[in-house]
Amino acid sequence: MDYFIELFFSGLTRGSIYALIALGYTMVYGIIGLINFAHGEIYMIGAFTALAAATILSFFSLPLPALLFLSLAAAVIWASAYGYTIEKLAYRPLRHAPRLSPLISAIGMSIFLQNYVLLAQTPDFLPFPALIPEFAFLAPYAGVIGSSDLVILLTTAVIMALLSLFIKFTRTGKAMRATAQDRTMAMLVGISVNRVISATFVVGSALAAVGGLLIASHIGQINCFIGFIAGIKAFTAAVLGGIGSIPGAVLGGFILGLTESFATGYVSSDYEDVFAFSLLVLILIFRPAGLLGKAAPEKV
Amino acid sequence: MARRTMRLNGRDIGSALLTALWFAFLALPFLAVKINPVEQTVTWRWHAIIYVALAAFLLSLGGSLYRQYRKAHLARKSQNDLSSEQSLFGRLWATRKIRLSLLAALTAAAITFPLLFSTYQTNIMITALIYVMLGLGLNIVVGVAGLLDLGYVAFYAVGAYSYALLNLHFGIGFWSALPISALLAAFFGVILGFPVLRLRGDYLAIVTLGFGEIIRLILENWNAFSKGPSGIANIPRPGFFGLDLTLEGAIIYLYYLMLGLVLFTVFVVNRLQNSRIGRAWFALREDEIACQAMGIDKTRTKLTAFALGATWAGMAGVIFAAKTTFVNPASFTFLESAIILCIVVLGGMGSIIGVVLAALLLILLPEYLRPLADYRMLAFGAVLVAMMVFRPQGLVSRVRRTYVPAGKNIPDE
Repeated sequence: MDYFIELFFSGLTRGSIYALIALGYTMVYGIIGLINFAHGEIYMIGAFTALAAATILSFFSLPLPALLFLSLAAAVIWASAYGYTIEKLAYRPLRHAPRLSPLISAIGMSIFLQNYVLLAQTPDFLPFPALIPEFAFLAPYAGVIGSSDLVILLTTAVIMALLSLFIKFTRTGKAMRATAQDRTMAMLVGISVNRVISATFVVGSALAAVGGLLIASHIGQINCFIGFIAGIKAFTAAVLGGIGSIPGAVLGGFILGLTESFATGYVSSDYEDVFAFSLLVLILIFRPAGLLGKAAPEKV
Repeated sequence: MARRTMRLNGRDIGSALLTALWFAFLALPFLAVKINPVEQTVTWRWHAIIYVALAAFLLSLGGSLYRQYRKAHLARKSQNDLSSEQSLFGRLWATRKIRLSLLAALTAAAITFPLLFSTYQTNIMITALIYVMLGLGLNIVVGVAGLLDLGYVAFYAVGAYSYALLNLHFGIGFWSALPISALLAAFFGVILGFPVLRLRGDYLAIVTLGFGEIIRLILENWNAFSKGPSGIANIPRPGFFGLDLTLEGAIIYLYYLMLGLVLFTVFVVNRLQNSRIGRAWFALREDEIACQAMGIDKTRTKLTAFALGATWAGMAGVIFAAKTTFVNPASFTFLESAIILCIVVLGGMGSIIGVVLAALLLILLPEYLRPLADYRMLAFGAVLVAMMVFRPQGLVSRVRRTYVPAGKNIPDE
């Protein structure tokens, strides 16, 4: 039973991270109908920036919470800046191009960023400092849930709540929903569509950066290839929940995390990634609209 | 029209300065800082930031100039209404004499290549030719039929592994393995094709990517079947009518074999493009719904595209296995698919000459510019983005064959 609960919590932790990254995919897809292939790389860039910031800041012997928040701020700022720049360079000129063009451009961007970090830093795994403090009150449950699990779960929950409020009530959030519904109409009622799309990329990238820092601190190591697999899995989560739907991304993230956790725990850990990919293929074949998404008929 | 001189005003320079600052900021945590978390040390590399800023500044200025040029060019074009939009290459190619002599020179160069250069060079050339073949195969799927396949390397792996395994277990030789592997790969193409028939472009891309990764992961983990990450060694090279060839001879033989296969591929793909099925592929690429409305069987058209594309990958896989005499899953990663995609995109989707040129360029350049080889993947990524943004039609855009009824002049629109 303990093993089951342990797997359950590790699944939830994984799921939270997938959900955080999946939100970026789903928001971008909802607005411009593009699979932002480079999104996984943004997550990696967030994790690397956090590592650089934490290493530099550790010279000043700051307390751990301050270190965590400053690194988080750096990760969010730089990841958002990269997200914004990528959109501007690689996707905006292709707004009216055939569907495949921005997708190929996104794949190119992803390869470029991966190798950029590889060449600028190192292809090896780097140890990541544990930025999340160990809580004393969790010590009796150490075998079941760690303090980083708890922090990740809580952070994800808070971020989801904030994001829902943001989308629902703020001016930018409303503009995002309007643009997602109908870009031309949104333009006609005076929404600056380009600015809204940029804002979407910035928000999505910030979420991915938070996910990157949390998971890196939880696992304890990063390298420049972590973005690829994490990106594909988060995309799976987004599709599972119904791409374009924000609650769907969260649900999909948790389902994928739990599936993976139980499958590796009870079946075999060699095929960890195969489970995720098979799940993706199966959903796309049997329910392409996802769990919470609506199937859109193709218009001529 | 008087040629306007292009000049940069203050605004251009200002925006270039801003761009430079922005990119310097972006590069800060990656290029300026080199972290070593083990020893808790940081190396500062400020010069890298200055280079980045300088490059961004110059590129931004170049961009402004380019935009001015484009504007002037477009204005001129609409004035003169230039009808001949052919490139220099296209015009040269259209001249029969030049075309023939060019072809003759190419043939001579291709035939004498292994005699003039060392085995090492020949080996590199074989690799390049394998990529030409892969590029032409993927071109059927992506370029002609418009189905973005990111898992193409899976079929390449199927080909290579089926030869390796058939040889290991049943002692089947190269020549029998070639058609068997091609068929197997085609079979896998259909297996993949069936479930994804209903999917739209971008979903299709992701599913094929997942499929490619699944194949690689299975090869990596199913030790009893594929010997896992250590791979299969001692795969025989193709035999030459039962003669034992020296290593050098075998490589030269493989080179001519590959040359023949590439020519065969070019021939088949070229004939296919103007066939009934080829034109159905183009129609499918342009508009799926309209294509269905015209009575084209979508299912069959898509499946044949997948199967035929996979066939070439399977054959290329066999040759790859025979060339390296060793296969392991590390040769079949997603990056390989990305390189092949890059070849198709750079060459111009659907253009045969373009794909051949792009494959030779992308594979040979990094080989001969060894110091720059580390930057290969970086450049590939940048090429994909730049091609999409600046020249989506590729290096050599495909000239659509138009059918003009004899004796009639078709008026302009």
